[in-house]
Amino acid sequence: MFKISMNEADKLFKAIAESDTLYLPIEKGDQIEFYEYHEGANVRLDALHTVKSAKDAFLPNCETMMEFKMEGKNIEIKEADRIAEEFVVFGVRACDARSFAILDKVYLSDPVDSFYAARREHGIVVSMACNRPEETCFCNKFDIDATNPEGDVVVWIVGDELFWEAKTEKGTALTEKVKSVLTDADSEPVEKQQKEVKAIMEKLPLNSMDMEYLKDADMMELFNSPKWNELYQSCLGCGTCTFICPTCQCYDIRDYDTGHGIVRYRCWDSCMYKDFTMMAHGTNRKTQMERFRQRFMHKLSYFPINNDGEFGCVGCGRCISKCPISMNITKVIKALGGDN
Amino acid sequence: MREIRELLVKKINELLENGTVDRVIGWKAGEFCYDVTPAVYKKEDNFDDFLFDGFCGANQSKYLIEETKKEGKILTLLKPCDSYSFNQLLKEHRIDREKVYVLGIPCHGMLDINKMKEQGITGILSITETDDVVTADTLYGEKTCNRKEVLLERCLCCKGSKHMVYDELLMPEEEEKEVETLDRFSKVAELEAMTAEERFAFWRTELSKCIRCNACRNVCPACSCRTCVFDNANSGVAAKVNADTFEENMFHIIRAWHVAGRCTDCGECSRVCPQNIPLHLLNRKFIKDMDEFYGEFQAGTDAETKGPLTAFTMEDCEPDIVYTRGGDK
Repeated sequence: MFKISMNEADKLFKAIAESDTLYLPIEKGDQIEFYEYHEGANVRLDALHTVKSAKDAFLPNCETMMEFKMEGKNIEIKEADRIAEEFVVFGVRACDARSFAILDKVYLSDPVDSFYAARREHGIVVSMACNRPEETCFCNKFDIDATNPEGDVVVWIVGDELFWEAKTEKGTALTEKVKSVLTDADSEPVEKQQKEVKAIMEKLPLNSMDMEYLKDADMMELFNSPKWNELYQSCLGCGTCTFICPTCQCYDIRDYDTGHGIVRYRCWDSCMYKDFTMMAHGTNRKTQMERFRQRFMHKLSYFPINNDGEFGCVGCGRCISKCPISMNITKVIKALGGDN
Repeated sequence: MREIRELLVKKINELLENGTVDRVIGWKAGEFCYDVTPAVYKKEDNFDDFLFDGFCGANQSKYLIEETKKEGKILTLLKPCDSYSFNQLLKEHRIDREKVYVLGIPCHGMLDINKMKEQGITGILSITETDDVVTADTLYGEKTCNRKEVLLERCLCCKGSKHMVYDELLMPEEEEKEVETLDRFSKVAELEAMTAEERFAFWRTELSKCIRCNACRNVCPACSCRTCVFDNANSGVAAKVNADTFEENMFHIIRAWHVAGRCTDCGECSRVCPQNIPLHLLNRKFIKDMDEFYGEFQAGTDAETKGPLTAFTMEDCEPDIVYTRGGDK
């Protein structure tokens, strides 16, 4: 294990940015997101969450896939390059770090998504243990250890020191690059903090939420539950929950006429939207109740059925804080049968 | 607030019992003390989780578009500022007045949980309020803050205690109550004083945070089109992120134009924005301009008066006014 004083953290960021593009939580326009590091950036490692999750680094909210240029009768087609250079995503919380494994199951299974695969290949995840969980956290419900997140490198911030430990080959290679700014460290302060944070995790209010019943729940029974009709009533049909969610994975592909040609891009899509999976025969979910149900059935039933019981949720709690009318996955889980 | 809730539940029960209404749209308590969800209660429902406290900021007027299409009569609980939106929707024939009974309820300013969290009050387990102080029991001990510092943005520029429309008032004595209010145009004036480049940079920074979740549009009582232009596949634009970020930023400008003259400045757009974009400033800029060009006008004061952009008088300014305000010829 290594460490560096938080006062000198900028040296570490510079050392990483020298060889790889570095993304980390930066405050801009009053909000914190994963932005590319630059000197003088307002880095905010103290924030529990960025607004958008870290999935943005691997599945950006918008990316160009190809461009068409028309001249007379000729059409020139230019495919977008896949990323080919290393980049580092620094400060990924345990919940977001787990979301990558969930996205992998979708994007790296056949047919492999080459845009996503390239980013996963070249992306290095430096995750960051939680030292101040909030009441909205429930990652522990998914066997995620907030004090020991998954990642190529894990960092812990204890007092005014940042502790660093490589966990994978990629992580070891990154450590070699930045070693000159780090010093050797004893793991004791980290272990002490882990204990303290675990004690806080024991007190989280969502611990009482029962999810066990979902493990052997009948899909059709859940689908036909009368509860959906009550739950969806106040839903505005906006896309906030889907766009801030680390595991929501749906996208749309659209053409944009620039006036000089066409840009074909893909962007995040939301099952809460009326035109979601619109087909020639019309949309297949005509009511907001069906759209609302789709989102939660996907996370709590369809995804686990297809993925060895793994839920499509990591308990980050963003939807709890951000839904304009405060309807969220925990209320759905409780209403469907998990309220003890 | 607790006393108001008791009074309110009593009144609701009375109106349900005597058949004035068959249901009420209220606020339902959540998992925490602040995650309140608008919900419809019927006579037979349990009112234990019916809430009225500082986290009932959501403006319920827009729900009445759908609710008044249903059978029966619904009771709506309007805070003074919500009553402006209600009137505006009446004016636009979007609410069936016959199918709704309006109970005007008092409001002492609603709280913004995000402002509390920004102050470092996190891990919140419960909250108690007095008129001046908010106290939170958290995972990290008890924390307090000044109530005024954590009010919703719109409450800082409160329109007052008076309801613009009602069938009945819960506490008539509160109607004339004085409220502290700031000049809602001060930030607009600050933006106007900037150079065009500075202003452009300000809005680009703010609007570039947008994730196109459409929460602002979907919550907005003035955005009540049956099909939004951005949901029309044939319009060439979409309600999603665009490859051209400038095109995307224009969404908010277009929306602000569309609600100009009809926006009551209820502030729901800014309240729900997950990115904290100060969308209300776009609306206030339009309101300020209209006030200057056509005389002061507050949308939603009544349900009849034509708005400045739909009425015509000989005194209306001419289009060339833009040149005197720094526009390019």
